[in-house]
Amino acid sequence: MLPAWTILLVSALYVGLLFAIAYSADKLGDRGLSLVNNPYVYTLSIAVYCTAWTFYGSVGLATEAGLAFLTIYLGPTLMALLWWLVLRKIVRISKLYRLTSVADFVASRYGKSMLLGGLTALIALVGTTPYIALQLQAVSSSFDVLLHFPDMEAVQTAGAGFLDDKALYVTILLAVFTILFGTRHIDATERLEGMVVAVAFESVVKLIAFLAVGVFVTFILFAGPGELFAEAAAVPAVEELGLLTSLPGGYGTWMALLALSALAIVFLPRQWQVSVVENVNEDHIRTASWLFPLYLLVINLFVLPIAMAGMVVFGPDVAGDDYVLALPLAAEQSLLGLLVYIGGFSAATGMVIVATIAVAIMVSNDLVMPTLLRMRRFQASARHDLSGLVVAIRRVVICGILALGYAYYLLIADMYALVSIGLISFVAVAQFAPAVLLGLFWKGASRRGALAGLIGGFLVWLYTLLMPSLAEAGLLAEGLLLHGPAGIEWLHPHGLFGLDMDPIAHAFFWTMLVNVGLLVGISLSDRQSDIERIQAALFVDVFLRSERDARFWEGTATVGDLQDLLGRFVGRARAAEVIREYSSHLGRTLKADEQAQPELVNHVERLLAGSIGSASARVMVSSIVKGEALSYEGVMEILDATSRAIEYSRRLEEKSQALEDATRELRAANERLKELDQLKDEFVSMVSHELRTPLTSIRAFGEILLNNPEMDADQRREFLEVVVRESERLTRLINQVLDLSKIESGSAEWQLQEVDLGRLAREAAESTQQLFAERQTGLDVDVAIDDTAVKGDPDRLMQLIINLLSNASKFTEPAEGQVNLKVREGRGDNLRLEVSDNGPGISAEDQRRIFDKFHQVTLAQAGKPKGSGLGLAICRLIADAHWGRLWVESEPGHGSTFVCELPRAGGEHCDITGHINLAGRTDPELE
Amino acid sequence: MSQEILIVDDETNIVLSLEFLMKQAGFQVRTAQDGEQAIQALEERVPDLVLLDVMMPRKDGYEVCQEIRRREAWSHLPVVMLTAKGRDVEREKGLAMGADDYITKPFSTQEVVETVQSILAGGAD
Repeated sequence: MLPAWTILLVSALYVGLLFAIAYSADKLGDRGLSLVNNPYVYTLSIAVYCTAWTFYGSVGLATEAGLAFLTIYLGPTLMALLWWLVLRKIVRISKLYRLTSVADFVASRYGKSMLLGGLTALIALVGTTPYIALQLQAVSSSFDVLLHFPDMEAVQTAGAGFLDDKALYVTILLAVFTILFGTRHIDATERLEGMVVAVAFESVVKLIAFLAVGVFVTFILFAGPGELFAEAAAVPAVEELGLLTSLPGGYGTWMALLALSALAIVFLPRQWQVSVVENVNEDHIRTASWLFPLYLLVINLFVLPIAMAGMVVFGPDVAGDDYVLALPLAAEQSLLGLLVYIGGFSAATGMVIVATIAVAIMVSNDLVMPTLLRMRRFQASARHDLSGLVVAIRRVVICGILALGYAYYLLIADMYALVSIGLISFVAVAQFAPAVLLGLFWKGASRRGALAGLIGGFLVWLYTLLMPSLAEAGLLAEGLLLHGPAGIEWLHPHGLFGLDMDPIAHAFFWTMLVNVGLLVGISLSDRQSDIERIQAALFVDVFLRSERDARFWEGTATVGDLQDLLGRFVGRARAAEVIREYSSHLGRTLKADEQAQPELVNHVERLLAGSIGSASARVMVSSIVKGEALSYEGVMEILDATSRAIEYSRRLEEKSQALEDATRELRAANERLKELDQLKDEFVSMVSHELRTPLTSIRAFGEILLNNPEMDADQRREFLEVVVRESERLTRLINQVLDLSKIESGSAEWQLQEVDLGRLAREAAESTQQLFAERQTGLDVDVAIDDTAVKGDPDRLMQLIINLLSNASKFTEPAEGQVNLKVREGRGDNLRLEVSDNGPGISAEDQRRIFDKFHQVTLAQAGKPKGSGLGLAICRLIADAHWGRLWVESEPGHGSTFVCELPRAGGEHCDITGHINLAGRTDPELE
Repeated sequence: MSQEILIVDDETNIVLSLEFLMKQAGFQVRTAQDGEQAIQALEERVPDLVLLDVMMPRKDGYEVCQEIRRREAWSHLPVVMLTAKGRDVEREKGLAMGADDYITKPFSTQEVVETVQSILAGGAD
């Protein structure tokens, strides 16, 4: 038992410390040494989630529901996994458009709707007031416990006198703190660094205090967890504590609490304030998403041991909510008791401070300002400075909220367990979830849908949770809770349509059903206005677009008007500074009567949104801008211009690439055509040359003979022989040219049949016998195998063999020459036909070109009848047409061997169609 | 002393006919089978006129003509080119190379003789 003045002194000292911390953090921040640009401070500030309810109430809940008390910490843990996806998007949007509260966020998302902003602010106010009352009650009752323990009777009756009321003093202290550190800046978008650091500090204090009592109870009061659990097992009430299943309402309730707390960690006004508005760096979210769950785990580590210890030590004499404080006091550890009290005090004050400032911002920006701005004397035409008014309003609102919380505390707070009041608030703020979450990812969510969802959900909340709580407090007819309104059972506030669930889970189920149902249903059948569609696109696609692109105003205002407007709300000096900064950004001085760029108009609107809310800011700006706001199409056009330009250039690049490819292909084809054309030209030229040459002799000797009738008989005979030989040469040439072009054009007819290559070789040798005899050259035929059947055109194959044989005869020396014709097994399924000679051989250069048309190998001996230069070209075409190969093997001085391989008849490669595959020209070098 | 003609062609029968025609017109004749033989023959003794085929192995008529025009001692030697390639561009090319005239095969025997005689007569003036 401690004297009251000690407790009061310590409380005052603690608050003083908070002031000092907040003050120095603000001063450091002003000097550029920000403490909040730190992921750990950010995470600790989010731990404002753990209020006096956590500090005292968790143990209370654990005495009733065992491990199930963890549910409201599991929800946030699960949500932390989604933070990078959801919270980061909210943070990005809020920073981009200077949205300073969940109400402003909802209003802005749904077309800067004043109505939605106001409604959200109202729900937040109504939902938060009991929660603030709960903290005041916790502080007050912990004070009483500390003062009167172990006299629990005195605890129950304490604080009756008005001036005796500790909660009042606490409320006043908190109001002073919140006003000092919550409205320090005129521009609400300036961060409340001092407040954030103080709150983070409080998170450390409450963690240390709770761990201290946990360690004390577990290891000093009892000899460790083993003994504690053993002793607890002997208490019947502990035995009744099953684990998760013991929560009233079973799994349905459990799931509902899980979802409810997951939403609360995002949508509670104080959570939104610390995690969204006060976020300095999006990367901090990454750290918080694992560190915050860890904090929750650690602070809950000793909840169950303390609950069990309390049940062992006190039994039902002391309320579970008081165990944390009562256990050290029972062990006469007054100092530890004082530390616990300060821990609970810090948990409560942290929550009250942040919740108050968060709700105050909403109420002043989304309820009070819009109402004031509707009044004639605040209209834009009146030029007086409103910046002082903005701050004053916020301060008054802070006091008002705390007064409301205090009033609620006086009225009914002691009627309810801590947990229930907290959960009632949870369900209220969960109403924001559908509008925010769907609005974040679904462009189709409309203003009317969000409005209907919020109103519907809120009304159900009022009916299923607030009214019963008032009824329980005796403020409404008690029959409502027993039989339903007017005795209608299925309208019972805790059992609509006979649904039998825990009241919180029941309310959560119905509010969400109504809220989401109305939002989705109405949005689907709704037509959005231009501004709604613009805002929806800006929010949903926030990561796709850059800030600079977002322009709305087509009409213009003068720079002077904008500066005046801004000055009215943020102060003239600040407004002048903004214009100066913008000028230096532009790189030139802006004149007051100059038409402002749309960017400046938007910049001013955003700054105003930070001070008076987005909906009011829009109204104010539109009052001085002459001309229209852009249509949806207009804005989308600007927004998409950049991305479209990128898309266009990408497509252009693709197209030009495709064009380039096509051009390259065309060029290649053209080259090939030119090449072919040139080849054809050359061919024609060659043919012309080859035809003119014998003609020249024929004509010359014809004229000589004609002009010289007295020529002697021998000479006449010699000349006539030349004429005849050259005529024969001409005929041969013409035949071969025709033959070649016939084969090449594919119009040659092929008489396909099975041909005995061996017999063909012997016949060819026979028919060239005369030639070899004339040149006194030897010719041997050697067919070494029996089956020599190929499929082909016998005449063409004969032509091929004869050509090769006559070539060979031409290139051998008379009398010494020897030509061998062989038929052998070839590689694979082929037959091999060889014509070898002992002539001069062929140079490597000639070997490459010997099958080209009109290629003539220079003959060492002159005076021989020249070939047409087409024979080998025709031979190769014939071999190709039979899917065969023809090549030459030779070394100068050692004779030449022409080799032709042809597929056997019936072999797998024998697929002769008669079509000449010119592309598949044989090339021995590939073998 | 009668003038000498160098006949250069790889076609034996054409050389035979030209030789007959030139001798009949009263010229002395030497022959060559290709471009290289022609250069050799020129180095041996410079004739009064060259009848030069274009398409020949080893060194073609254009090259021979160019070489003749390059060498100081031969630069005024009249050259008449003979070609079986009928295209006009060949004629242009031959004249550009410095040929004095250009006769397409198959030629009229009378034209060849008259061309040679007129060039040699003009050169005598």
